[in-house]
Amino acid sequence: MELFSNLALGFATAASPENLLFCLIGVLLGTLIGVLPGIGATATIAMLLPITFQLEPVSSLIMLAGIYYGAQYGGSTTAILINMPGESSSAVTAIDGYQMARKGRAGAALSIAALGSFFAGTVSTFLVALFAIPLTAIALKFGAAEYFSLMIVGLVSSVALAHGSVVKALAMVALGLLLGLVGTDIYTGTPRFTLGIREYADGLNFVAVAVGVFGIAEILRNLEGEKTRSVLVHKVSGLWPTREDFRRMAAPVLRGTAIGSALGILPGGGAILAAFASYTVEKRVSDKPEEFGHGAIAGVAGPESANNAGAQTSFIPLLTLGIPANPVMALMVGAMIIQGIVPGPNVASEQPALFWGIIASMWIGNLMLVVLNLPLIGLWVKLLTIPYYVLFPIIMAFCSIGVYSVNSNVYDLYAVAFFGFAGYLLVKLRCEPAPLLLGFVLGPLLEENLRRAMILSRGDPTTFITRPISATLLLIALAVLVVVFLPSVRAKREEVFQEED
Amino acid sequence: MKTLSAVLGMTAVAAISLCSLPAGAQTYPERTITMVVPFSAGGPTDTVARLVAESMSKDLGQQIVVENVGGAGGTLGAGRVAQADPDGYTILLHHIGMATSATLYRKLAYDTLGAFEYVGLVTDVPMTIVARKDLEATDLKGLVEYVKANKDTVTVANAGIGAASHLCGMMFMSAIETPLTTVPYKGTGPAMTDLLGGQVDIMCDQTTNTTKQIQGGTIKAYAVTSPERLAVLPDVPTAVEGGLDGFQVGIWHGVYAPKGTPTEVTERLSKSLQAALQDQNVVARFAELGTVPSPADDATPAALKAKLEGEIARWKPVIEAAGQYAD
Repeated sequence: MELFSNLALGFATAASPENLLFCLIGVLLGTLIGVLPGIGATATIAMLLPITFQLEPVSSLIMLAGIYYGAQYGGSTTAILINMPGESSSAVTAIDGYQMARKGRAGAALSIAALGSFFAGTVSTFLVALFAIPLTAIALKFGAAEYFSLMIVGLVSSVALAHGSVVKALAMVALGLLLGLVGTDIYTGTPRFTLGIREYADGLNFVAVAVGVFGIAEILRNLEGEKTRSVLVHKVSGLWPTREDFRRMAAPVLRGTAIGSALGILPGGGAILAAFASYTVEKRVSDKPEEFGHGAIAGVAGPESANNAGAQTSFIPLLTLGIPANPVMALMVGAMIIQGIVPGPNVASEQPALFWGIIASMWIGNLMLVVLNLPLIGLWVKLLTIPYYVLFPIIMAFCSIGVYSVNSNVYDLYAVAFFGFAGYLLVKLRCEPAPLLLGFVLGPLLEENLRRAMILSRGDPTTFITRPISATLLLIALAVLVVVFLPSVRAKREEVFQEED
Repeated sequence: MKTLSAVLGMTAVAAISLCSLPAGAQTYPERTITMVVPFSAGGPTDTVARLVAESMSKDLGQQIVVENVGGAGGTLGAGRVAQADPDGYTILLHHIGMATSATLYRKLAYDTLGAFEYVGLVTDVPMTIVARKDLEATDLKGLVEYVKANKDTVTVANAGIGAASHLCGMMFMSAIETPLTTVPYKGTGPAMTDLLGGQVDIMCDQTTNTTKQIQGGTIKAYAVTSPERLAVLPDVPTAVEGGLDGFQVGIWHGVYAPKGTPTEVTERLSKSLQAALQDQNVVARFAELGTVPSPADDATPAALKAKLEGEIARWKPVIEAAGQYAD
């Protein structure tokens, strides 16, 4: 019963006209910056932070939260339409979403992404409301050894992201891992692979690498010839998913929601894996795995739901412990402190209206997003008819501004340029960027947690199998490996490969 | 986009102001001032900067915009300001890292003592020695005994090399003359998560990060490193009370301007800083974070200069003894 009174308090707070307005402003802004390639939620929230001084604490947090998940929605729009993911999660959406767009099904892909996200958002918001506190206890059981094993699962699964050669996929993962090592070694403070450039001391910027290998590379590829360029424009059929599409998206959405909700509660980088993990699962359980990479609906629906569910549940560590799970959350902590609310384990009991108000606003925000975005889909799809000589320079300009605005670091722009050319080269070599990006985000986490686990266990490697959660995760990784190399799966993989050639 | 236009604006006005510097100094400030914070937005230093910047803006009649130039332990942001035009429109808010990076980094892009003018000290945030909540020791003495008895298994978390928690951890180990295993994390958040989960044993971190956890009973506090007990944590004794003689560490923050900034300008900024530190809103917010604004006679160029020089000399031997550098 307490839950209902809490939720009632939450909705009463979030549904005040003023808070509804700020929620709407938040999701609108979020969608907008998500749609502009390269401009992320972090930069936007950082810019808007001073404005929130003047607002009530709960209003400002509702607005900032709206920007955060609005950007998640918007980010998939660019991933689908122009192959330009702004975050690791939408990199997965780009794989099949962009293929759908190229087949003239951009509208369907966008609708599936929006509906899947809404469903996931609704479910995970209730999870946050119901289980935030017990789930926190589970999250705290995850130490370095557990995170290491979790990352191993992610890495092993990454092979499934590729729809071509396994060897090339592994090579891309390895290259990604190596790129992830650029920067300062946190254990000794030694700069590695920075070429003596101090600006790379904190590593390569994710947005720069992602925008480069996906977006810029795709633009370069498109500029090759008039013929490929017209592909997108000439057949934009049906904005809405068909009945068949709905049938095929239901199960992936459910599974994606479950995966995303579970991984999102881990503050040490679990949410990063959500979309990747969901994609892997979908490809495994699908009866048509050969469709993946060529516009599979499950490849959009699953990861999009997982990504949005993870975005919601990653509020759990922030709300129950006061610990930010990612840079956007860190900014929200900053906003709270400036407002005079120091986040910590007591926020729920000391500030019930704020705590439950934010949770309620998440659901309201998700509803607004879907209402807002479905009618806009027609407009987004029309963007594809803009002539490339107009569209490309605009995309490039926004990318540059977006990447630069994160850290005001001009070397991030050099990285975009470099990875644009590198990505083009990879396209020509038929190597795929998604496994590279996964390696890039997992590499540092893998190394960091491996070394930390070894320090904590005093150099005893059995820590990974004597800790039950870690051991279970490693068993899962092993199972995935076995499945990958099972003859039947291999045979299917070969088929796909030949098809491509 | 805001950043871009700010950059364009800055370049344009910088070009004009180069020709008319003396006149500019009299009517300073005539436009938006950029305060560089060499850490990412949302962190404790950023919070201090934004609170102070907002209040100083009111006094100066011009907006102070906080720009986060994070990376390389704060040395990138400091380097940016060192090279900025010395016209008072680019200033830096940095913490104790300004002094420690002079030793932690063997190669810096700027000369710590030669590249800046001083505006004043802002605040001195106390540290707390905390541990996982199921650690048996009940007071600092008991903690030191426990640590010495289990020196092979006790782990000390920190938020990375050069972080406040790293400095305080080194200080603690040298005070109790017992080297321990340190476990670095990427930032305070993950380090605190593992302390809450009992994966690591102890940490020494700013009150900004620990106060709410201590009050919530999720971690145990053994001492504060300030000279006096703190109003927000009245039951936690000081380290000196607890038996660690001379153990005082604070994360002091200061405001700097590029070398060559006219004295009239730094004096004006200093006066505005002093006003901000009297602002009731700033005082109240600082109190919630477990800190107090620096007194007016510390918010002066001379006091900051003396502090920086003293702290460089104080930390040099500690860092050199630990033998850990950041480059």
